[in-house]
Amino acid sequence: MIQQRNGERRVHMPKFEESSKVALAADVPGPATEQPLLAVDDLTVKIGTRVLLQGVSFTLSPGEFCGLIGENGAGKTTLLRSLVGTQPSPHGCVKVCGFPPSRARGMVGYVPQKINFAPDLPLRVCDLVQLGCDGHRLGPRWFSRKSSEAVSRALAAVGAEQFAKQRIGELSGGQQQRAVIAHALARQPRLLLLDEPLANLDFKSANELARLLGHLTREHGIAVLITAHDMNPLLSLMDRVVYLAGGRAACGSVEEVIQSESLSRLYGYPVAVIKHSGRIMIVPDTEGPQPDEACYMEPSNGRNRERITK
Amino acid sequence: MFQSFMLHTWIASTIIALVAGTLGFFVVLRRSAFAAHALPIGSFPGAAAAVLLGIQPLWGLLAFVAVGVVLLQQLQRLGRRDVAAGLVLVTLMALGSLLLSMTHSYGPGVFALLFGEVLGVSAADLLPVAIISAVVIFGVISLYRPLLLQSAFPELAVPRGLRPGVMDLLFLVLLGLVVAMALPVVGTLLVFSLLVAPAATAQSLSANPIRALSLSILLSLGMMWLSIVLSFWTNWPIGFFIGAIGATLFSSARIFRYLRDRFNSRSAMVTP
Repeated sequence: MIQQRNGERRVHMPKFEESSKVALAADVPGPATEQPLLAVDDLTVKIGTRVLLQGVSFTLSPGEFCGLIGENGAGKTTLLRSLVGTQPSPHGCVKVCGFPPSRARGMVGYVPQKINFAPDLPLRVCDLVQLGCDGHRLGPRWFSRKSSEAVSRALAAVGAEQFAKQRIGELSGGQQQRAVIAHALARQPRLLLLDEPLANLDFKSANELARLLGHLTREHGIAVLITAHDMNPLLSLMDRVVYLAGGRAACGSVEEVIQSESLSRLYGYPVAVIKHSGRIMIVPDTEGPQPDEACYMEPSNGRNRERITK
Repeated sequence: MFQSFMLHTWIASTIIALVAGTLGFFVVLRRSAFAAHALPIGSFPGAAAAVLLGIQPLWGLLAFVAVGVVLLQQLQRLGRRDVAAGLVLVTLMALGSLLLSMTHSYGPGVFALLFGEVLGVSAADLLPVAIISAVVIFGVISLYRPLLLQSAFPELAVPRGLRPGVMDLLFLVLLGLVVAMALPVVGTLLVFSLLVAPAATAQSLSANPIRALSLSILLSLGMMWLSIVLSFWTNWPIGFFIGAIGATLFSSARIFRYLRDRFNSRSAMVTP
């Protein structure tokens, strides 16, 4: 499978050999990484006079599971869009495996925020995944064993074989979310970006999806960058957290960031982190001092922001 | 019914039904039915203007359709699609009414453009129909996958590098060509029925895109042929039949699907 993966890549992108060694190293546990999978350096996004992101810098290595947190409007979606190369007017440097995002489309899988599928769409899950393989190509689709293998591999990776032949619009929210992830995985990306994939999912589906994503990072060496409002299902999986406030970003380990104090400061609202029987949980702190009494950071100016570094 | 003067009718209507069934699949998929309504209605005064100027109606139609396509695409980029289509419709109709007010000999011509002159197709009308159809079919085959992805899942197409503005423009150009080609033959109102009814029926019957597309083409052909036959026998206008058959097809498909879903859910409840 790895051999085939390399072969496939070589066709599209001749210069890519160096970085596919990283994938090999990540697939088989061992010493890895000469070059980060994703490098964001001093990324700034402005629309008119509004600053959406300012001086954002961080890196991701293969197989890393990274949470992206921040309150509504902190710029999470903007950041993800800049990484896929669909955000207008970004300044700064984003490199995916050493390539700018617009040239690294095959290496990045993007799962956008909840999509509303019309119940009448004449497409099945397998068609959506097939379009993940070749939806950008011109000309008629000839049958190819390689692409049908890629489709079944992506379907298997998210456990969607059972409903592969069903109309997308008629599936449950959790099944649709899996279908979209399979679509993103179809081209065997090295980096998977997910925008609120757990929104609108119940406990069971959210936990299953989180476990699935953890599996992808461990077994396939895919780096995951994920935003979520409810981080509880992800806490045990995350290696690192990037957090955004007032357009600026900071990076830290889960122990450093997931603390009552730093999270409350980040959200500008009292949040309690509860540790119980080896598990961590984040809950809104309704018992503690309310925002007007305590001195929490103003999220928009970011002056008193404390930078947490690794 | 199969006399030589009818031969051109059969050829032209078959080609038009084929192309309309194909492109209609994407019209319904993109939810562009209103645009597919606004373009033919808005551009038919173009044909009248061309008659007024003494040139081929097709050129007038193409000019109006081009204006409509550019306006639609630009307005859609700014905001809502339905508002864009509505504004284009009104603008072109206003221009058309001005042009029509300058001539006095438009009565029967306008009637033919609205409701079609499918029984009076001449050999000279066939050539543009054939050429434009070939262009449109070639366009749909080349753009099949990007158009399918972008029409069904616009959010997923953007990260693939398919820009919505460009895709919209390509689609509208194809739609505009079909409209300009079909309008003199089947008339303004029927272009719309042919574009929407077979495709909507097919999409509610099959979840497989290739099958739904093929079914849409077959239904479009069947609808066209049946309407010609019935119109020939009864001497009623063909527009009546196309509209009525289209509506019947769509509603029976919906009823069929409703009954099937009910039956399935009931049998699922019996055997858990």
